[in-house]
Amino acid sequence: MKPRWSRPIVILHWISAIAIVGMFASGLWMVDLTYYSDWYKTAPHWHKSVGLILLAITVIRLVTRVVTSRPPSHGTPLEKRLSRIGHGLLYTLIIMLFASGYLISTADGRSIDVFNWFSVPAMGEFFENQEDIAGEAHFYIAWSVIVLAIIHALAALKHHFISNDDTLKQMLRLR
Amino acid sequence: MKKLTLALAAALSLSTANAADYVIDSKGAHASINFKIQHLGYSWLTGRFNDFKGTFSYDDAAPSAAKIMVTIDTDSIDSNHAERDKHLKSDDFLNVDDFPEAKFVSTKIVDKGNGMMDVMGDFTLHGVTKPITIEAKKIGEGKDPWGGYRAGFMGTTTIALKDYGIDYDLGPASQTVELELHVEGVKQ
Repeated sequence: MKPRWSRPIVILHWISAIAIVGMFASGLWMVDLTYYSDWYKTAPHWHKSVGLILLAITVIRLVTRVVTSRPPSHGTPLEKRLSRIGHGLLYTLIIMLFASGYLISTADGRSIDVFNWFSVPAMGEFFENQEDIAGEAHFYIAWSVIVLAIIHALAALKHHFISNDDTLKQMLRLR
Repeated sequence: MKKLTLALAAALSLSTANAADYVIDSKGAHASINFKIQHLGYSWLTGRFNDFKGTFSYDDAAPSAAKIMVTIDTDSIDSNHAERDKHLKSDDFLNVDDFPEAKFVSTKIVDKGNGMMDVMGDFTLHGVTKPITIEAKKIGEGKDPWGGYRAGFMGTTTIALKDYGIDYDLGPASQTVELELHVEGVKQ
């Protein structure tokens, strides 16, 4: 039997995909809310809560990725190389999103509440104006992730409809 | 000739003895610029600007000849809350990227006696300059234990955010901000 993506990998991939798109949309929307919007306090609270849960899911996902099997990759040597770089970049940028987001809210030493379940403590202020610098980073990295994710999706569609290989099918396979 | 030189020297020394220049002791942080604004009409929200510098010249014998100039780094605003400070520095409020400095330059001082005075001057905030009056009072002056000489004042003023182009809706109770300055200058 050919090796394939494990079921946890498939599930975690799609949960992450939906969550990341949702986080991007909510992030863009929430910063334009005004004082008198009903969601002014709730949206950022949920955004931070989901972000930290996604951080935990991503750690689990990365460990799972390293210890489980993967199906053979398709394409020219150049495509395989670009694929490795692109996926590595997606993981790296997402981790940088977790870090930069965390640094915004904890710059004053305050911990971040994950819904009303638990709090993640601050590590302190590492540099001056941390909330602003981390904020800028968070914004530009978020856009980079979305652009890269679009390329990632288009590449999957290329494999499926143009190259007619099973790349996309493998990531849709649950049993 | 010698008498004239002596007289000239005496006259010169007399005229320079009066106006004393002070540098505000930001280095030793014996000065602060604080603000307070209503939160929804339910409490006072306070904060400060951590980084600022300034000078003043003052003479007890002629208080209305005094001058003061203060420059504030707007991105040093500190309301003890990172997310709030980030919002305040953004273009919803102070827009520190476009307006990194706020400034006050006095134009006229009215001595009200008993160490009280009205300090009129131009205040620039968010790129807008408007005339304001700071109600000030001298706290004290004299020698310090380390060979220097200091003079200290406090001043308060109230500004309307809209006057300076800051029109984010904070509610009807929060249209104005009270600024409270405490400065101690080291005589140069």
